[in-house]
Amino acid sequence: MAAQLKPGQGPLDYGSRTWLKLLFAAIFFVLYAPIVTLVAFSFNTDKRGVVWRGFTFDNYTKAWNNDALIEALTNSLVIAFIATIFATILGALAALLLWRFRFPFKGAYEGFMALPIVIPEICMGVALLLFFVSAGMMEFSVHMPWPLNLGNIIFAHVTFCFPFVAVVVRSRLVGFNRQLEEASKDLGASEWQTFWSIIVPYMKPGLIAGALLAFTLSLDDFVITFFTSGPETVTFPVKVYSLVRRGVSPEINAASTVLIVITVIATVIAMKLQAPPKSDRG
Amino acid sequence: MESWKQNPRVFWTLGVPPSVWLLLFFIIPLGFLFVMSFSDKAVIDGQVSITDYDYLTGFGNYIRSMDPLYLGIMWKSVWISALATALCLVLAYPVAFGICFAAERRKPLLLLLVVLPFWINLLIRTYALIAVFRTQGYVNKILGVVGLGPYEMLYNNFAVIFGLVYVYMPFMVLPLYATIERLDKSFLEASLDLGASQFQTFLRVTVPLTMPGIVSGIILVFIPCLGSFLTPDLLGGANALMIGNVIERQFKAANDWPFGSALSFLLMYATFGALALRYLFSLRSKGVDV
Amino acid sequence: MPDTIVSIRNVTKAFPGGVTAVDNVSLDIAQNEFFALLGPSGCGKTTLLRMISGLETPTSGQIIIGGEDMALTPPNRRPTNMVFQSYAVFPHMTVEQNVAYGLKVTGVPADETARRVAEALEMVKLTALAARKPDQMSGGQRQRVALARALVKRPKVLLLDEPLSALDAKLRDDMRMELTRLQETVGITFIIVTHDQDEALSMASRIAVMDKGAVQQVATPAELYEHPRNRFVADFIGKVNLIEARVLRQIGRKLDCEARGLGRLELVNDGLVGAQIAVAVRPEKLKISETEPGAGIRVRGKVSALAYYGDTSHVVIETADGLNLSVNVQNDRRSGAGAMERGQSVWAHWAPEDSIVLTE
Repeated sequence: MAAQLKPGQGPLDYGSRTWLKLLFAAIFFVLYAPIVTLVAFSFNTDKRGVVWRGFTFDNYTKAWNNDALIEALTNSLVIAFIATIFATILGALAALLLWRFRFPFKGAYEGFMALPIVIPEICMGVALLLFFVSAGMMEFSVHMPWPLNLGNIIFAHVTFCFPFVAVVVRSRLVGFNRQLEEASKDLGASEWQTFWSIIVPYMKPGLIAGALLAFTLSLDDFVITFFTSGPETVTFPVKVYSLVRRGVSPEINAASTVLIVITVIATVIAMKLQAPPKSDRG
Repeated sequence: MESWKQNPRVFWTLGVPPSVWLLLFFIIPLGFLFVMSFSDKAVIDGQVSITDYDYLTGFGNYIRSMDPLYLGIMWKSVWISALATALCLVLAYPVAFGICFAAERRKPLLLLLVVLPFWINLLIRTYALIAVFRTQGYVNKILGVVGLGPYEMLYNNFAVIFGLVYVYMPFMVLPLYATIERLDKSFLEASLDLGASQFQTFLRVTVPLTMPGIVSGIILVFIPCLGSFLTPDLLGGANALMIGNVIERQFKAANDWPFGSALSFLLMYATFGALALRYLFSLRSKGVDV
Repeated sequence: MPDTIVSIRNVTKAFPGGVTAVDNVSLDIAQNEFFALLGPSGCGKTTLLRMISGLETPTSGQIIIGGEDMALTPPNRRPTNMVFQSYAVFPHMTVEQNVAYGLKVTGVPADETARRVAEALEMVKLTALAARKPDQMSGGQRQRVALARALVKRPKVLLLDEPLSALDAKLRDDMRMELTRLQETVGITFIIVTHDQDEALSMASRIAVMDKGAVQQVATPAELYEHPRNRFVADFIGKVNLIEARVLRQIGRKLDCEARGLGRLELVNDGLVGAQIAVAVRPEKLKISETEPGAGIRVRGKVSALAYYGDTSHVVIETADGLNLSVNVQNDRRSGAGAMERGQSVWAHWAPEDSIVLTE
């Protein structure tokens, strides 16, 4: 490092180093170029999606009129919606439990709670497949009317989503001033009244962020759904998987773009909610 | 925090629903998988049954997994994952470092840019890669302009490694960012002030002091890489099989659930091994800093 | 004066946000000086120190160290070493490794490194703790490590950023002595940044008082105290009574002034007729008497506050015009200020030559 510094530039001002800027540009390019291409080509008139021939919404119309695709998308949204409700409630309960109480083997309990987050998805997928088949639930759900035939997938999704919700809600609860709870009880509120009027409002941003997280996780899941869905029940990622195996088509681009937009919106909202309020940063 | 005995009613109300759910849909299924890994398909009247099993027959499936064919696939899974993890680390470290030293008002946007792809469906991202890298894809078009190619860039180990790096990079950036951000910058200043070059400072001060983040990142990337199924399945073709693909095959096409269960548990043991290593490391580094 | 080792010429440091931390500062620091940069927080003293070390670079100006302009030289190429406010002792290295670090990275042979590290540890009395890790040490010990680590490099200039601020009161006194002793032993120029005037006055041979990015005065501690150049310095160093006044006439070396609360008075100084000046008087220069004194500047007032500190008492006298004068009374007799009462009518007076005339 024989080089002299520029006037006003400190030795740790890496942000102004050219090589780092170039690296950032390169990495973000590689990260986003495929996605941008995918979105752009959803508006392309060329069927093989190689050359840009002109702008069109045809692919969206075609995707919209593709019943199998729409059914898969509806299934995905219904599953995500129901699984989110369950996962948020279970996750919030687990978070409250771990935040509020000391109990024997708490460390081990926390470990088990984190396990669905850490073990490879495929292990969880095959374990649930085995369980649903052995317990007769696979057989049972096949004969159920829609949307009850999605039950197994929903069970599976709730299972891998709620530990994530628990983590998010618990990190929100850490900042709670327990004297508020004591004050509420001191003023005569019951345990239940205190919970609803003091703790739940405080948890709310965590609950919303956790719910959005669960929603995107459920909507995105391929591996576990792939193993736990019956032959008749197809979710959007599973459908895309079967289409991708057959080749690239602008219709998939269009449908994928819709899903990208949904998840990006949910993510941005979740991040906004999780970010500390501006006033806290001083 | 209070003891559960102080308010057992609340304790049980909060504790029972998530615990029962976890037991029913996670612990018990894993138990089934565990039992199945020691079982065999039943032979009824000289025919191998599709639906019936002889439970707890022994270690046969694990012994079978030591076959050179499967050992080879496991070894390949390990080195592909290791290489992908290493590449992630090499690329993610400067990114995390750059974000930490970026202007305060730009940090949230840069972090969002890193994390956002992670939220986009894994399948869609993999599909996007296929569209770009296939023979008639963009990369080959561009190479064609300079008079190169077209090359077959998909369906080989390179594509799998690229795909894994592409998909799991955010997992590496986040823990690194968190540790570098917490690092007291005066350590770096002290090192420079004492005469160390930027490179010496990086090797002797920055890297050792951000080791916890490096280890977390490695674990967070290595485990999902090792168990990945979708990326090698779509990008890897037949000759880039990883352990996840073999497991899938046992549960779907080959219909050999006991063997698939054993392979799944081997994968779980590898995961636990990696987590245990991290735990040991965290114990050791606790002795160092704090 | 001996040779200049650090010469700061017209240095300005503006941060991207639009804050000018250091504004056109020029300073000369001599070889073997114990030099202090003193000022309130945000005055630019730390930025100036960091520019000497190379951890910041000036937006304009020269920083000449040992005859060479090093304004843009990276810190690892400067003959300066720094003791950080947080000490920045590397947590992943032992004491010995910390001290050896600066020699190792610059390729000093192993045997020489070992010898110099041993010497440095000896000097700061840490030989027994050489194998310890920083997390097993107290704040004071960590500071010694930081000192040894910097001194072992034999820098031309040692920079100390608020070195005593993180220590408790008792340790601070010990360390103050220790630093003075060390500076005399090693014969290196020390530049210390502090916001604590006692620290600067007791240790430094010369002090630069800074405010709002500019140097207000550079002088020895005694000069600063007795002859402050402006209102800021007079007020920042020690306690002072500042009385606004206007110059009416000048007769030879004497000024005829109209001072708020005091009326007409005569001061000794060169000054401009019509100028708005301030008369500064240190509290210990004021005397109190119950009867009107025969000479000097005097004013009648009531005792409005009284605080007893054992050896001294602090008395505030309020004049009829609302002027408050602080007076330090030596309790050299058992009666003294102890006999005074709040509301009591007294005279405050001082010798005209004890007045400091401030034009800025």
